[in-house]
Amino acid sequence: MVEVMTKRKFTVLDHELVPEHIVLPPKDANRLLKTLGLNKSQLPWILASDPAAVAIGAKPGDVILILRKSRTAGKSIALRLVVPG
Amino acid sequence: MGLASISREYETVKVIKGIKFGILSPDTIRRYAIATIVTSETYDEDGMPISGGLMDRRLGTVEPGVRCETCGNPPQTCPGHFGYIELARPVIHVEFVGLIYMLLRTTCRECGRILLSPERIEYYKKRIEKYGEEWKLISFKLIEKIRKEASKVTECPHCHAPQYKVRLEKPYSFYEELEDGTIIRLTPKDVRERLERIPNEDLPLLGIDPEYARPEWMVLMVLPIPPVQVRPSITLETGMRAEDDLTHKLVDIVRINERLRISIESGAPQLLIDDLWGLLQYHVATYFDNEIPGVPVAKHRAGSRVLRTLAQRLKGKEGRFRGNLSGKRVDFSARTVISPDPNLSINEVGVPIEVAKVLTVPEHVNEWNIEKLKKLVINGPFEYPGANYIIKPDGSRIDLRFVRDREALAETLAPGYIVERHLIDGDIVLFNRQPSLHRMSIMAHKVKVLPYKTFRLNLVVCPPYNADFDGDEMNLHAPQNEEARAEAKVLMLVQEHILSPRYGGPIIGAIHDYITAAFLLTKKTTLLTKSRTTSLLIEAGYKGPLPEPVIKWPIELWSGKQIFSLFLPKAISFTKQASICLKCPICLGMECPYDAYLVVEDGEILTGVIDKNSIGAEKPENIVQYLIRAYSTDAAREFMDSVFRMLIKFLDQHGFTMGIDNLDIPEEAHRRIREIVKEGEKKVNELIKIAKRGELEPLPGKTLEETLEARIMEALSLVLERVGNVLSEYIGLDNEAMIMARTGARAKKVNVTQMTSLLGQQSVKGERIRRGYIDRVLPHFKRGDLRAKARGFVYNGFGKGLNPIEFFFHAMAGREGLVDTAVRTAQSGYMQRRLINALQDIHVEYDGTVRTAQRSIVQLKYGDDSVDPVKSFHGKPVDLDMIIRRTLKGGG
Ligand SMILES: [Mg+2]
Ligand SMILES: [Zn+2]
Ligand SMILES: [Zn+2]
Ligand SMILES: [Zn+2]
Repeated sequence: MVEVMTKRKFTVLDHELVPEHIVLPPKDANRLLKTLGLNKSQLPWILASDPAAVAIGAKPGDVILILRKSRTAGKSIALRLVVPG
Repeated sequence: MGLASISREYETVKVIKGIKFGILSPDTIRRYAIATIVTSETYDEDGMPISGGLMDRRLGTVEPGVRCETCGNPPQTCPGHFGYIELARPVIHVEFVGLIYMLLRTTCRECGRILLSPERIEYYKKRIEKYGEEWKLISFKLIEKIRKEASKVTECPHCHAPQYKVRLEKPYSFYEELEDGTIIRLTPKDVRERLERIPNEDLPLLGIDPEYARPEWMVLMVLPIPPVQVRPSITLETGMRAEDDLTHKLVDIVRINERLRISIESGAPQLLIDDLWGLLQYHVATYFDNEIPGVPVAKHRAGSRVLRTLAQRLKGKEGRFRGNLSGKRVDFSARTVISPDPNLSINEVGVPIEVAKVLTVPEHVNEWNIEKLKKLVINGPFEYPGANYIIKPDGSRIDLRFVRDREALAETLAPGYIVERHLIDGDIVLFNRQPSLHRMSIMAHKVKVLPYKTFRLNLVVCPPYNADFDGDEMNLHAPQNEEARAEAKVLMLVQEHILSPRYGGPIIGAIHDYITAAFLLTKKTTLLTKSRTTSLLIEAGYKGPLPEPVIKWPIELWSGKQIFSLFLPKAISFTKQASICLKCPICLGMECPYDAYLVVEDGEILTGVIDKNSIGAEKPENIVQYLIRAYSTDAAREFMDSVFRMLIKFLDQHGFTMGIDNLDIPEEAHRRIREIVKEGEKKVNELIKIAKRGELEPLPGKTLEETLEARIMEALSLVLERVGNVLSEYIGLDNEAMIMARTGARAKKVNVTQMTSLLGQQSVKGERIRRGYIDRVLPHFKRGDLRAKARGFVYNGFGKGLNPIEFFFHAMAGREGLVDTAVRTAQSGYMQRRLINALQDIHVEYDGTVRTAQRSIVQLKYGDDSVDPVKSFHGKPVDLDMIIRRTLKGGG
C-alpha cells in the first residue's frame, strides 16, 4: 500500500497550548481602543518575531487580539501591540 | 480651624512634568561654583577655616552663630554653595566608563563621526524621529541595534581611516590594539580628545542628547566641591574636630592634584607624572564609589575604617533611597513584647499604661468634650488618663510637664484648642508585626489600656501576623487625625481581614486549644449538667432561653453539640468531613461510626464534631466564612468573641494535659512494631543481597546504585507508615496527644509515632545519610555498609531516647532543615522586594481594567473575570448551591 504524504508546514497555532491570535484590521483596532479609552502606546507588546505573530503575518503597528481559555472566566481577551524586533 | 489643619493647602508654583538627567559641563561647574579650592589645608592654627581650603566659609557654614560669607545667612537658612577644583590632568569619571567605551567603539578614531554610512544614518534618524517621545522604549531598542552595528565597522565610512579594536581594562583604563598587534594605552586626555571630535548630529543615534551630555564631559577636567552642608564636620566631646568621609576624600584629591600640578610645571620626569596622574584618577574614582570591583578601597588614614563616599551614601539598605526615602522613622509609635489574652475581643489590643501615657491623640476642644478634656489636662502627663500637650489656636504648644498650675490652665481651654491626650480605651491604632508580608501584617485594633508591660492580643490574630509568644515584639502606631482613624477603622480593622485575599478563605479562626476544646465539647459523649451548661453560656454572653435538656431524668443533661448549636444562626447549613475522619474506604456519611461527618442544618449540629475543618484558621469554607457570607464580619467577630471564650472556659473546666503516659502503649503493640521494623530491616538486607549478586533490575532512568537506594528508601518509609497504622489501633481519641493530632489542634500523627515508637529514616538532601567518612557516615561502621542502621535509620523514638549514633543522624537532618529555612527566607525576602517594586502601583480602574501608574494595560479585566477572591465562593462569583438550597426551603 502506498501512502501519500502531504507535506504540511508546522504552525505554532496548531498546538493546543497556543491561544488564538487574530490581527485586527486597523479600523477595528482603532475603534476598539477608542471604546476602551486607550492609546496604542498603553498596550502590552508582542515582538514581530514572536512565533505566533509570524504565523498570522502581523506587522509592527498591528494590534493582535488573543483569545485564551481561562480557568476562572471561561474565555479571556488580551490585546497586544506588535513592535519591531 | 478643624478641617484646615487636616488638609493644608499649598500654592502650586510649578508642576513637575518630567525629570531629565544630564552631565555637568566644566563650564557649568565653574559657573555654579563660588570659590576655587586650591589648598588641601582645612584650618589654620586657630582652628579657623582657610580661605581656598575645603572648609572655606564661602561654601556655607554649619557652625551655629557663624554667617555664610556668600549669602550672609545663618546655618539654618544658608543653602550651601559649591566650589570647584581645576584638575591638573583630566581623569575618567568611573560611573561613565561603560558609555565612554561604547562611544570609542562606535565612532571614528580620526574624524569622530559615527561609524555608519550616510544612508544608514539618514535611515536610522528617520526611524528615531518617527518613534518620538511616545515610543521611547522602541527607540531604546533601536539605539541598542545602532550601537551594535556601528561597533562592528572596521573602516570609517566618512574619512576611510582604519578602525582599531578598543579594549577596556576594568575599572577605567582604555587600550587600543593596532593591526600589528601592538597595544597602546589611551590616556584620559586621548580619550577626551576623541570624544570631543564626535559631532552633535551623530549623538542622538547613540542615545545621547548632546545638549545635556556632551561626551567629553564624561572625562573630568573640573571637579565640583560640594558645600559643607553635604559633609558636615562633627565636634567630639574631647573638643576634637572629626571631618566627614567626603572631606577626607576631597583632601586627598586636592593634595595629589597640587603635587601633580607642581610636578608638571617643574618639568618632572614623565614616569613620576604618570604615577601621580594614576593616583589622582584613583582618588577621584573612589570619591564617587568606594566599592569598585578591582580597585583597592580607600581607607581612613588613622584606622582601617573604609570611607563611605558618594555611591555608598545612596546604595543599599541604609542608603538614601531605601533608608531615608522609601523608609522613614515615625513618631507616635511603640514597640514591645507581645503576650496572649483570650479575654480581649479579636479587634482589641492590650496597651500598657506606660505606652498609653506617651502615645497621644490630638483632640479638638468643643463644647461637648471640653469638660472631659479639662479633667485630662488637670491630670497632666504623669497621671493616667491625662494629656501631654495643649496646642493653642495660634499654633503654639504648651508642654504640660512644665506647667505648675494645670487647673488654671484647664480653665483657659476653649473651642479651637487642641489637647494631645493619652490613649484611652476604644482609640483606633495600627498594629504591626514584621516581616510585613501581606496586608494582614498591619491591622487596626481598638485600644484596651491594661497594666503590665506587654502588648496583648487575642489568639485568633496570631495566624495573620504569624505571631507566637516566644519573645516576639510588635509595633503600634497611633493615627493623628480623624481621616486616618476613619480609614483605619473601615478598611483595616481586624474583623475586615478575617478573609484573606490570598485564597478567599478565613485566615482568622480557631487554633490550638480552641480546636481541642471544640472537639471535646461537641463529641457525642459530652453531656453537661445544668450548672456547667449555664456557666458556659454566661461566659459566652448568651442572652436567649435555656433549651430543653437532651436528657431529663435522673438529672437534666445538655449535650455539647446542643450548646454549640445555640450560637449557630439559622442560615448556617452545611456538611463537611471533620478533621478526625479516618478516610475509610467506604464513607458512611451521616452514619459515620466515628462521628467524623459533620452535618449542620439551619444552625443545628445534627451529627459530627466541630474541629479544625469546621472552625480552624486557614480552613476555607468553615463556619467563620459562612457567617461572613450569610451575615457580616460583625457576626463573625461576635461569634469568635463569644463562642471561643466559651471554648476556653470549657477546656479549663474539662482539663487537658498531655503527659508521658500518653506514650504508654501495651506490650503487644510494642511487639508488633518491633516485628514490622524487623521485617523492614530484612527487606533491606535482602535487597542489598540481590544487588550484590547483580540480580537487581534497574529502574528506568536510574543506575543500579540509585535503584537500590530508591528501593531501600521505599521499604523503610513503608515501615514508618505501617507502624503509624498499628499505633492508631492502640491510641485513640481518648489520648490527648492523638486528640491534638487528629483534630488538627497541633502536630501530626507522625509526631505521635516519633514519640512512642521510632523516628525512622533521617535524610539529607532527600537521600539516606551518606556524607562523613570515606564510604561510611561514621567510623562505627564498616566501609560500604548499606544497612539501614549504618545510613541514618533511627530505631528509637523520643520517648525511649536515641543512642548517640542515632542522635547524630537526627542532628544532621535537623541542621539541614534549619539551613534550608534560613536560605529560603533570605531568597524569598529578596524576591518579595523585587516583586513589590515591580507591582506596587498596579491598580484596578473604574472601567475594570488593570493598569500601571502610566495607565498602560496589564489586564483588560481583573483576573480575567473581575472577581475579588475575598467575595467569591470557591472562586465562583455566586454560590449557586446555597441559593438553590435556600430557595427549595422557601426561606429568605
Ligand atoms: Mg516567635
Ligand atoms: Zn550661604
Ligand atoms: Zn572617520
Ligand atoms: Zn469518615
